[in-house]
Amino acid sequence: MYNLIGAGLIVIGAGIGLGQIGGKAMEGIARQPEATGKIQTAMIIIAALLEGLAFGALFLGK
Amino acid sequence: MKDVSKVIKKLVLFLAIGSSLQGFAVSEGQKEGTVSSKEDVDAYILHHIKDAHDFHLFSYTNSEGERKHVGFPLPVILWSSNGLVTFMSSEFHHDDNGEVVVEKNGSKFVKLHSKIYELEEGATSLSLDEHHHAANAHRVLDFSITKSVFGILLVGLFMLWAFSSLAKQYKNKSVPTGFGRVLEPLVIYVRDEIARPNIGEKKYRKFTGYLLTVFFFIWILNLLGLTPLGFNVTGQLAVTAALAIFTLVIYTFSGNKDYWMHMLWMPGVPVLIRPVLAIIELAGAFIIKPFSLLVRLFANISAGHIVVMSLIAIMFTLKETLTVGGATALSLVLSFFITLIEVLVAFLQAYIFTMLSALFIGMAVAEHEHEHEHDAEGHVVPDAEDVRGDFI
Repeated sequence: MYNLIGAGLIVIGAGIGLGQIGGKAMEGIARQPEATGKIQTAMIIIAALLEGLAFGALFLGK
Repeated sequence: MKDVSKVIKKLVLFLAIGSSLQGFAVSEGQKEGTVSSKEDVDAYILHHIKDAHDFHLFSYTNSEGERKHVGFPLPVILWSSNGLVTFMSSEFHHDDNGEVVVEKNGSKFVKLHSKIYELEEGATSLSLDEHHHAANAHRVLDFSITKSVFGILLVGLFMLWAFSSLAKQYKNKSVPTGFGRVLEPLVIYVRDEIARPNIGEKKYRKFTGYLLTVFFFIWILNLLGLTPLGFNVTGQLAVTAALAIFTLVIYTFSGNKDYWMHMLWMPGVPVLIRPVLAIIELAGAFIIKPFSLLVRLFANISAGHIVVMSLIAIMFTLKETLTVGGATALSLVLSFFITLIEVLVAFLQAYIFTMLSALFIGMAVAEHEHEHEHDAEGHVVPDAEDVRGDFI
């Protein structure tokens, strides 16, 4: 039961984080379309780091 | 003449695969029921996620009401208390509950939940304690060619063939033909988009081989996991841990003086903080970086497999409420779209693993250099580091 609540909290946190990353990256691309490639690469790296953290937490809580 | 030998080669390969399928390891009279309840679905999914000692394609019940399993056995190689023991996994007759005892070299073996145990001296059958663990048996060193090992060998051979034939083509002409045309853009992509920008123009060549290998290895295995063969190689912790350790070893041993300096005795911060930073940096380099690599790949692929199989299982779990046709249609639509997403995830995870490996290697080999920006007339534009230097 508690680990399900914990999993929910992790997903909420990761969702907020991913939303921030995606949203800011889109803002950046809209302002500077010529930097799309660089922004996308950085976005994917940070999203991957966040995902690693979230999966690590889910994995430990299992 | 060359074409003829090619056709013969393909024919032999096809026959080899075909004949191994002919050798069905069909066992008689298993009493396992079909998957119907929620518990069955859970057990089936967990069984799929784990590694197995035989290749199980599908099961069916024949007209006499017997349960038949179709697949092929794989070799079991054990180091028991009486030395090396080898036999085919078909001797267990698809038993996974420790009921079938195989006697070899004076040792008795049973298979319980995909793990092989050796019975203690004098024991004739397996008994379980209250936690459903083996009470009178112990684990043996298991070097078996399991399903995952088989998958790794298969992909290894495929990559050896695909990339050596691609490399050979460049001897005669500059443009590859056939399957090489599919591989060339991917190789160029990994080199120019992953290795070069992250490691740096001077040193990327040395590490491109590793990055290409790891990229194609993970990608092909991820895609293989989406076929109905039931591979889940990149969803095994041991496999992803080994890949992460490769990256760890490479960036640890190729780290230059600046890298170790910044890790152990960070310049530019107060002396009292330096040991604290050293602990954090050491934990980051040796625990957090490889751990994040291995857990990400493992969790993504396992989660993908669980989701696909859960959606397929809608057929069984919702057949009372939605009728058989409705449940099948729903599960078909959902699992089709999630499989499409999984194809994307298969590429993305290979890309991210390679990208982060390149990034970590790039951090370790980065030269400490300070470049100045130039304006249109070629004058040096002072940046933040110059300005700060004026104040100190």
